[in-house]
Amino acid sequence: MTATAPPEQRAYRVTRAGRVLAFLRNTWRGLTSMRTALILLFLLALAAMPGALLPQRQLNPPKTAEYIEQHGWWGTLLDRLQFFDVYSSVWFSAIYLLLMVSLVGCLLPRSVEYVRSMRAKPVLTPRNLARMPHFSRAEVAGDVDEVMSATRSRLRGWRLAERGEDGGARTVSAERGYLRETGNLLFHFGMLGLVVAFALGKMYFYEGQVIVHADGSQFCNSGTFAYDSFNPGLRVDGTELTPFCVRVDDFAAQYTAVGQPVSYEADLGYQIGDDLTTGTWRPYHLEVNEPLRLGGDRVYLLGHGFAPTFTVTFPDGTSRTQTIQWRPVDQTTLLSEGATKFDPPGVTDPEKRRQNQIAITGLFAPTAAFQGKILSSADPRLRDPAAAVDVLRGDLGLSSSQSIFEIDQSMVDSGRLERVARENLRVGERITLDDGTRIEFEGVRRWVSLQVSHDPTQMWVLGFAVAMFVGLAGSLLVKRRRLWVRATPAGDTDGERRTVVEVGGLARTDQAGYGEEFTRIAGDLLAQRRAR
Amino acid sequence: MPVNETLSQYSDWSYTTAVAVYVLAMVFFLVEQSFGRKGRAAAERTRERARELVGAGGVPVEAGQVPATPADRPARSRPERIGRMGVALTVLGALLHLSALVLRGLATSRVPWGNMYEYIMAVCFIAVVTWLVVVRKFPVRRLSALVLLPVVILMFVGGTMLYAVAAPVQPALQSYWLVIHVSAAAASSGVFLVPGVASVLYLIRARHDRDPAAFARFGPRLPGADVLDRIAYRTTVFAFPVFTFGVLCGAIWAEAAWGRFWGWDPKETTAFVAWVVYAAYLHSRATAGWRGQRAAVINVVGFAVTVFNLFFVNLVTTGLHSYAGVG
Repeated sequence: MTATAPPEQRAYRVTRAGRVLAFLRNTWRGLTSMRTALILLFLLALAAMPGALLPQRQLNPPKTAEYIEQHGWWGTLLDRLQFFDVYSSVWFSAIYLLLMVSLVGCLLPRSVEYVRSMRAKPVLTPRNLARMPHFSRAEVAGDVDEVMSATRSRLRGWRLAERGEDGGARTVSAERGYLRETGNLLFHFGMLGLVVAFALGKMYFYEGQVIVHADGSQFCNSGTFAYDSFNPGLRVDGTELTPFCVRVDDFAAQYTAVGQPVSYEADLGYQIGDDLTTGTWRPYHLEVNEPLRLGGDRVYLLGHGFAPTFTVTFPDGTSRTQTIQWRPVDQTTLLSEGATKFDPPGVTDPEKRRQNQIAITGLFAPTAAFQGKILSSADPRLRDPAAAVDVLRGDLGLSSSQSIFEIDQSMVDSGRLERVARENLRVGERITLDDGTRIEFEGVRRWVSLQVSHDPTQMWVLGFAVAMFVGLAGSLLVKRRRLWVRATPAGDTDGERRTVVEVGGLARTDQAGYGEEFTRIAGDLLAQRRAR
Repeated sequence: MPVNETLSQYSDWSYTTAVAVYVLAMVFFLVEQSFGRKGRAAAERTRERARELVGAGGVPVEAGQVPATPADRPARSRPERIGRMGVALTVLGALLHLSALVLRGLATSRVPWGNMYEYIMAVCFIAVVTWLVVVRKFPVRRLSALVLLPVVILMFVGGTMLYAVAAPVQPALQSYWLVIHVSAAAASSGVFLVPGVASVLYLIRARHDRDPAAFARFGPRLPGADVLDRIAYRTTVFAFPVFTFGVLCGAIWAEAAWGRFWGWDPKETTAFVAWVVYAAYLHSRATAGWRGQRAAVINVVGFAVTVFNLFFVNLVTTGLHSYAGVG
């Protein structure tokens, strides 16, 4: 950089541009030094840690909200500092971006050096081989040329350079283990690629969850409205989802005698591409660990639960039946809670309709176990279903702003929604309200919760990860080592030419393990000749 | 899948016996460590130095390698004989340990690392086997008690507080990836125990070398700092790619089981942190001013993160990896 500057400018004339250049140069050097890389690695490890210790919004929003609420100003402060979104936080991103810059700055000169070293001949033989960490010497029969050709054939697979010296001596410089640096570079470039592919994946991925009743109900990936929850990448607006449909025909869960789950299976039909127009359904047996892969999308079986069926018969004789999914509150016994909501029939005026809505809320147990009148569940299997319900009548509030599993508690608090009955029901049992409305617990169906995932770069990430692993194995297992042989003519004995052979060795990386190989090679080179 | 109660019972007995045998072996090693001739440690160091000097002079013997015992060697001292008995006991313990694992696997008809108790059993087995290999290659037999100590503690905690009856695993774990991913994780964690202990000893030894008043009694009985450093490096270099492979397989499995290959689940995050720390260890060994002391500290931190990952993440946090089978 400064080498091209004319000599008179080398005098300490500090110009502004020079200062800026020097600052940039020093920053770059500092950033790409190994010491900085190490410190950044530590910071990265340290910065990733809160993600394991604190609830993360991306993984569990309700738990995060609860944590912030419980911890007062401390929770708010942590939230401001992005401790609940660690992996998208400014500081985490800054660390890994700096690390990437540092890595690139380290890799560029190393790649140049690597190309140069791949072309270079092995280095000159040192004058005094006895100073090498590994050394062996013997006088053997045969002339220098014979020794040289034997050496060449023994050192097959090594990169060799043969040179002559004064006094008729000849030397071979051999080097091996270039794959170490190849592996090292492959590992680091693989990591770079992985990070880029990962980041791109975060831009273009989407993930959505939906509950589908296992009674032949369908789900189509036609837009975000079809999902119960949808989590898109930054560049996904939900308009260009892969079109496909899934129909859930059946679901079965198997348990051990003590109620430990053994398997969850759902029978699906699916349509993709031309099937959508021809109406063809293809079968698929969906299991945990066996997602349905459709083009770029995958469909997973995430969970399951029960949907009780209630029929409300209004005083005018009209009846409405609904089967709404209730959510499990206990994953081992599948005790579930939920709210099934009804509008009165034949009322067109929205004001009036909202005065006589009905909600059935409470608990559902697949295998009922009563403690007094309190319902709990004894088993996740559907053996003796029962529901403990509250029936509420009145104004349910705006349907758009509430969860399908809950009623709007503020409506109850303000007195606009009133509890009119509380009862435990088994299948077939009914409640009759004061105005003659009858509510019957008709039965129960199963539902499955499906997740649809789309990540266009995940195969790239896998490819880079495999490259990293291969490179890592190469860079840690292959040893870069050098070997030199010098053959010096030692005159004639009994009319036979004799040669002094010296062998020296140096491992350029970790010395461990080279000793055995060197002993073997040196032994071969010396003994073989001696035997003649 | 029915569980074979009899085999499971035999497995439990095997496990308990293995722990007892390890404790006994520890006593033997402690005897060797404490009553070995006073000059022994010094002699060992001198021999080492002599070998290095000779090595530099031209005999192709690798420093740190145990030379074959010459036939005319004088009879072994009593503490040394006791130390060798300790190794024999450790081998016996490892065989019992292995049979506990195998029987557990046969009892449940699956690989025996489906919950935390079984996982710790597998990790400790790998640690013991790794140490036996190290003892063959380096003259560090006297330190065996210090490696067996964490193993015995882990196995005691595993067998008493984390014990889980033999049972089939839940649907999410029924995959061939359980064999590949978990065995890679257990193997690397087990091997990482050895460099963790070696690095702690390195720090003690280095402290003693700088200031002979520190660890005045314990320090001189440890092998040279360079030997400890080399043990730590070589075992880490072996375990790191295995660990990387384990994380890689975990990501592939997560893609099939949970819908994404990486989701910053607490276990994933902590594995990532441990991976970064061990990567920093490998880099530090190539950085001037960071070799030795600092590298050893990093390695100890790496092992601490591994232990944290095993206990804290399994037992305290809730994530997708909550398969401990405890409580």
